Amino acid sequence: MSVQSPPAPERVAQSGAPRPPRRVGFSQKLSRWDVKVSPYLYISPFFIVFAITGLFPLIYTAYVSVYDWALLGGQGEFIGFQNYTDVFGQPMFWRSLRNTFSIFLLSSVPQVLVAIVLAALLDQNLRAKTFWRMGVLLPYVVAPVAVGLIFGRMFADQSGLVNSALGVFGIDPVRWHVDVLASHVAIASMVNFRWTGYNTLIFLAAMQAVPRELYEAAIIDGAGRVRQFFSVTVPQIRATIIFVVLTSTIGGLQIFDEPRVFDPAGRGGGSQQWMTTTLYLYDVGWGTQRDLGRAAAVAWILFIIVVLIGLVNFAVTNRISTSGGGQPSRRQRRAAARSSRRSA
Amino acid sequence: MSSVPMIRQSAGPGAARAAARSSRGKAGGYNRRPGVVTYVLLGIAVLVGLGPIYYTLLLGSSDPAAISQNPLPQLLPDASLFDKFSQVMNSDAFSFWKAFWNSVIISVVTAAATVLFSTLAGFSFAKLNFRGRRPLLVFVIATMAVPTQLGVIPLYIIMAKIGWIGTLQAVIVPALVTAFGVFWMTQYLEEALPYELIEAARVDGASMFRTFWSIAMPAARPAAAMLALFTFVTQWTNFFWPSIVLNQDNPTLPVAVRLLQANYFVDYSLVMAGVFLVTLPLIILFMFAGRQLVAGIMAGAVKG
Repeated sequence: MSVQSPPAPERVAQSGAPRPPRRVGFSQKLSRWDVKVSPYLYISPFFIVFAITGLFPLIYTAYVSVYDWALLGGQGEFIGFQNYTDVFGQPMFWRSLRNTFSIFLLSSVPQVLVAIVLAALLDQNLRAKTFWRMGVLLPYVVAPVAVGLIFGRMFADQSGLVNSALGVFGIDPVRWHVDVLASHVAIASMVNFRWTGYNTLIFLAAMQAVPRELYEAAIIDGAGRVRQFFSVTVPQIRATIIFVVLTSTIGGLQIFDEPRVFDPAGRGGGSQQWMTTTLYLYDVGWGTQRDLGRAAAVAWILFIIVVLIGLVNFAVTNRISTSGGGQPSRRQRRAAARSSRRSA
Repeated sequence: MSSVPMIRQSAGPGAARAAARSSRGKAGGYNRRPGVVTYVLLGIAVLVGLGPIYYTLLLGSSDPAAISQNPLPQLLPDASLFDKFSQVMNSDAFSFWKAFWNSVIISVVTAAATVLFSTLAGFSFAKLNFRGRRPLLVFVIATMAVPTQLGVIPLYIIMAKIGWIGTLQAVIVPALVTAFGVFWMTQYLEEALPYELIEAARVDGASMFRTFWSIAMPAARPAAAMLALFTFVTQWTNFFWPSIVLNQDNPTLPVAVRLLQANYFVDYSLVMAGVFLVTLPLIILFMFAGRQLVAGIMAGAVKG
């Protein structure tokens, strides 16, 4: 039985419409069936779609990865861990891992820091609140591919906007499309461009949930704006910081769009300076190697990395949020101890 | 502190402003107006967001020679931008309008389907009692942390087997309903839909689906609108899977713009004009619904 609704027969009796008993029996049966089956029916689209296009492909990836499986030729012989040895033997794979982590760090750390500061600025009694909030969110509607193309031009090695801006300060042109670290900075800036505003609003929402009395208390204690930020705001939104880091990890380790369009060739640069692991996966499967078996091995390796990092994140989140729970009560505890001492 | 709006109602905006000013006077009081520095910093942040979009227009209205000599060929976009637009729309490399309509179809269908299926599931999870409800909901939430994007290889093999390579349904079907959508609607309906309404409908003899359609669906409208918006934006900007499964005869806009880059890399002004055309529909959407997007992100953050 689902909702605490009265059973069907009563309903018929109330309405007083005399109907042939067989028909009542049928509609009653139908109604009971409706109540029993509907909940499952309504949640089934998600489970069906997820099973067919999410879960099954993920598991099947492991199966494909132990076969010789060409893009055009299809399934070949069982070859055990040959694909994995091949992948581990390709220097490109290791370079892609390094690039992925480097770009991920360069994008997530500054992004979280800037987003928190912007959120603190927005979390004031501003004029035209909605305007500022929409203003920081605008880059979110620009597609990553578009961002990649725009920034690819801004970070052009010759006659790029960034390099000529640096030239104004007497800094030599940076070879954004040649140097490893420079290319990572350029790609990370694309990610930051699109996501900083989004995360700012998440932090802003968390900040607005901080009890205002904490700020009042801090002000009475003589804390200035900066001190309030570090002693009240940041500790109070710690759970949200971890949430943002977690979601940006899952996305950041699979980054593809921006590095794909950073140059017209789309293969991560002349010596794969900015080839990320997902781009490498694409290159193995559909690009130069056209080997789905090997690409599946890459996918499975990356999957395990993402899940492992997710679990580590989860463990850290759990510990911090449970230890954080006791914190605001410290003053209460002390007060309680004081009063018990007094009464003793 | 909440007294200021109240004063505005009872004594007019002048008195409200005075009250606000007096509360601002209290040293560091929370409701005081921030100083100029705050506005300057926020202004810089907004300009950093606007700059690259504006820069797209500048490059789009120049010619390749000017771009290669001067990174800032002009300070204002001009009418030649429209020539570039028409050149992009009549490109030989791909059919712009086909890409445009493909993007529209994919985004609209997935947004509508996600809203319908997520609201159905949310109604069920939030308001109906059935065996296994809790564990199933936990399972849905857990799948949000699973990088399903990494299942592309078998997904591609499946699509090849059933002959869907290069077709729109290959992009639409995997995106029909998302874990995020189900979670989002469950959260919303738990609070927004009173049990009494459902009971009343049931007493009146409405079937389960009728109850969903006439009671839950209207109650879910604000959250459903936000979910539709986010799904639309996500699909409009989606690139990885479409770039694998679609081909250049039948692309979406992001796939098309990549084709533009590969084919016209010598003429960057064309590429930039294309980039702007891809972005424009979402900028228009943002002008009308940006407020809802902001509210949606902030509401999701508190619950999530």
